[in-house]
Amino acid sequence: MSTVKYTRDHEWVRVEDDLAVVGITDYAQTQLGDVVYVELPEAGRRIEQGKEVAVVESVKAASEVYAPISGEVVAVNAALSGEPGKVNADPMGGGWFLKLRIADAKQLEGLMDEADYAAFVEGLH
Amino acid sequence: MRYLPLTDADRSAMLGVIGAASVDDLFRDVPRSVWLDEPPALPRAMGEIEVERALMRLAAKNVPASAVPSFLGCGVYRHHVPAAVDHLIQRGEFLTSYTPYQPEVSQGTLQSMFEFQTQVALITAMDVANASMYDGATSCAEAVMMANRLTRRRKAILAGDLHPHYREAAATYARFGDFSVVTRPAGPAGENDLAALASKIDGETSCVVVQNPGSFGDVRDLSLLAEACHRAGALLVVVVAEAVSLGLVKPPGEMGADIVAAEGQSLGNAPGFGGPHLGLFAVREKFVRQMPGRVVGETRDVEGRRGFVLTLSTREQHIRREKATSNICTNSGLCALAFTIHMALLGEAGFTRLAELNHARAALLADRLAALPRLRVLTRCFFNELTVRLPVPAAPVVDMLAARGVLAGVPASRLWPERADLADLLILAATELNTEDDIATLTAGLREVLS
Amino acid sequence: MSGWSRALSGFARSDATAATISGNHGLQLEDPLLFEQDAPGRCGVDLPEPPSGDRLGGLRRRGPIGLPGLSEPQVVRHFMRASQKNYGIDMGLYPLGSCTMKHNPRLNEKLARLPGFADLHPLQPEATVQGALELIDTLARWLKELTGMPAVAMSPAAGAHGELCGMMCIRAAIEARGERRQRVLVPESAHGTNPATAAACGYAVDAIPANARGRVDLAALKAKLGEDVAAIMLTNPNTCGLFEDEILAIAEAVHGAGAFFYCDGANFNALVGRVRPGDLGVDCMHLNLHKTFSTPHGGGGPGSGPVVLAASLARFAPLPWIAHEGAGFRLVEQAAGSAAETIGRIKGNHGQMGMFVRALAYIVSHGTDGLRQLSGDAVLNANYLLARLGDLLTPSYAGPCMHEVLFDDRFLHDTGVTTLDFAKALIDEGFHPMTMYFPLVVHGALLMEPTESESKASLDRFVSVVRGLAERAKAGDAAEFHAAPRFTPRRRLDETAAARKPVLRWRRPAPESQAAE
Repeated sequence: MSTVKYTRDHEWVRVEDDLAVVGITDYAQTQLGDVVYVELPEAGRRIEQGKEVAVVESVKAASEVYAPISGEVVAVNAALSGEPGKVNADPMGGGWFLKLRIADAKQLEGLMDEADYAAFVEGLH
Repeated sequence: MRYLPLTDADRSAMLGVIGAASVDDLFRDVPRSVWLDEPPALPRAMGEIEVERALMRLAAKNVPASAVPSFLGCGVYRHHVPAAVDHLIQRGEFLTSYTPYQPEVSQGTLQSMFEFQTQVALITAMDVANASMYDGATSCAEAVMMANRLTRRRKAILAGDLHPHYREAAATYARFGDFSVVTRPAGPAGENDLAALASKIDGETSCVVVQNPGSFGDVRDLSLLAEACHRAGALLVVVVAEAVSLGLVKPPGEMGADIVAAEGQSLGNAPGFGGPHLGLFAVREKFVRQMPGRVVGETRDVEGRRGFVLTLSTREQHIRREKATSNICTNSGLCALAFTIHMALLGEAGFTRLAELNHARAALLADRLAALPRLRVLTRCFFNELTVRLPVPAAPVVDMLAARGVLAGVPASRLWPERADLADLLILAATELNTEDDIATLTAGLREVLS
Repeated sequence: MSGWSRALSGFARSDATAATISGNHGLQLEDPLLFEQDAPGRCGVDLPEPPSGDRLGGLRRRGPIGLPGLSEPQVVRHFMRASQKNYGIDMGLYPLGSCTMKHNPRLNEKLARLPGFADLHPLQPEATVQGALELIDTLARWLKELTGMPAVAMSPAAGAHGELCGMMCIRAAIEARGERRQRVLVPESAHGTNPATAAACGYAVDAIPANARGRVDLAALKAKLGEDVAAIMLTNPNTCGLFEDEILAIAEAVHGAGAFFYCDGANFNALVGRVRPGDLGVDCMHLNLHKTFSTPHGGGGPGSGPVVLAASLARFAPLPWIAHEGAGFRLVEQAAGSAAETIGRIKGNHGQMGMFVRALAYIVSHGTDGLRQLSGDAVLNANYLLARLGDLLTPSYAGPCMHEVLFDDRFLHDTGVTTLDFAKALIDEGFHPMTMYFPLVVHGALLMEPTESESKASLDRFVSVVRGLAERAKAGDAAEFHAAPRFTPRRRLDETAAARKPVLRWRRPAPESQAAE
């Protein structure tokens, strides 16, 4: 049973074995509108928590996606180049962005759980 | 005043609605210390008659290249623009419309830009083109910056015979964009220069920029240079300063170019003393998301009809702001439309024939010049421009001929003043507008001045 | 499902787009693309037969280019039909904020086309182009006088290009002092070109918030100033249509920190003949000849963006310059002597001469009194819109405004109508929409700039339509708005599909046709 953690910038991270899968939340995709393109990093790149790791573009906006935790990129979701709409249709599943080899698992503890994130989004209105 | 519709009665009525005592009252946020109580001490309003008189007086002080035999090239070319072009671009719907951000009321502009993009891709033999840049020189600078982004390298190598304005603009952008451009020595060396150029490519080179035909007129095969670039992980940027050459010369896309930065002024647009001109920009499909500038895409509307919209906007300044691919906002809209209409009138048959005619006139010019004693034609393979070596510095010869009513071309010293060894070179272009009489007048003048 | 296809379900065919046999609707005529009207060998230009043979060294182009062949009547018809699908200033009010869509006088077009200007080659001997150099010099003098600045760089090709030029001069000046400064301060409300330009010059951009009155927060600005700030980039009047009333204090603080004051001159239409940016402490400002000085927008360009410069920056101006020589003029094209510290060239040739002719004709037509009159009318017209719409729409800030007025979408709250929907409905009413969603500092911005070219009757017509639409939105008529526009040649184009699978050129369809559509 994998738990999902959330950031204040609306990224989610789910641990599967020793890898972390990262994507953006349903709230984020609603705010963005139709996603037209996702710019993903190359495999092998090392990223630091809080630094930009990807860019998601809709027709009228481009948003940076920040790494929820530090690690090394081991895989990116190649399906997004042909079907960026997956981010809208299935943001928590098929719309995943990348997989990281976790550098420091303790960083996960500082992130929000599902309930906290739901309350956080509530408070944004 | 003829352009201001408000009457004094209107102004009073409007002030009444606003609740202000006077128009000056609306400016109350302006600090009094900087408020001008009187308009600046400058001439007062003039009617059309006087304005025409004043500006015609200035126009009359110039010698238009259309009024005398003229052989000037070097990045700006005098071609015949069919009468229909100028009439169509002056339609108020084209002339006075804005950037097509509201696609439902700008399909005219958007469709024409889509046709323009297609024409540019076709003539350069590249995959995609944008909706134009300011001019060839800034197109070239943007091409270098794009190559830097794609290769993650920061050094560009510029061929020696790249137009000096293009080289200088790229150098300015490089200085402030924290990348470098290295220029090879200039000279009418043709093929030799390309081999030397290729030998300078290393693992830090983002791109090589080469102009074809070169500034001295040389037409070269760039295929080997392209291969050398690609082996080193660098890109080949090809500059085309005379767009009509693409009707006859093997295009950059067939010689391995990754980016084409060109000047489109030759089609649809008069020389205009240097502006406004028309930057063309075309790339390989895989690079499209790093391409700067505005671009139009095809789509459907809600009723399934084909239509056009500005697209890939998220690269641009109004969305990415500091992360944009470029800060560019305007393109050369109306100049691009003039190009599109001219190309539409020419079509395949006309464009190729126009290019053949240009080449034939230049060949005739070369033969007549070669017959002159004391003068040597240096360019063997050319399109419509060539370089001759005079027995004396070229600039004074050009001035003397200008005084006799002949614009004999561009002395190399105008573009390379720092090169004393090029001072005896004269660069001449011939287009479909140069008659045999023009050429005869030129050669007679040269014969006289050089004797 | 994309947002665009979700919207489809709300659409009904309207009378205006009821199917006709031809696909035309009255005077709105469809036409295929040029490439779909090809007849091989057909040509709209007659040229003589060239002789054979070539000196291309074997580099003759082989294979077809793929350009279509049309006759002149077909080409004229094609572009006529295309033009009729465009809105233009010649047609009606175009209230785009910060764009200054004023009337484009036809006298300017006539004069720009005189052979004595249009047929000049930029590299002709200077003795043969003295009139052209005098024209540029005359325009330069007017621009310097109107702005109260001692120098002007004429070569930038457009506003954004002028911004780049200005910021390059600033960076050169700072380097000449032997300093290194890394940051540029830009208000949150700034036009996107400002931060893009700063980044292109190698600067990190730091945003300054606005205060509750819509102006730059002076305290916040002062807190961000420091030894590493190279410049501030301000627009005045700002993009909310307001005069930065603390501008003298801003200039003083900026200069006190050793930084430069760059001004985006896009909104100069409010000030011409009444306030000189030089008196406000501006060091560097680009002008948009295609905004304040009426050169035509041409569907997106060309523009012209001369940059006026303070004495501290003049010597860094880009090449070429025009210098006086005896009774005549010459071009300074090399970095030597007085031009030794130039930033160099930023484009080919001398500048947008065609726009210089138009702008000078415009300026001398108005004269100093006419220019002052026009800025007054521009500001009056915008305040008139504020007064007549302010009760029904939601003005973002208290007046008076300058030449443009900013509303936000609070008045559409809970109506189900967005700023976008409102704009599409306005299109059906025969108006080009105002600027939407800019500046970013308010929600759902609607920025209106009427310009001085609008008569009171024209404004009254616009006001009554906008009021009608606002009332309709508040009455709960959202469906009507979602179906708009009904009467345009195309309706609600799918921008999502265009961006996901870009088709940027026409391609010949595959020869074998697929199963019947």
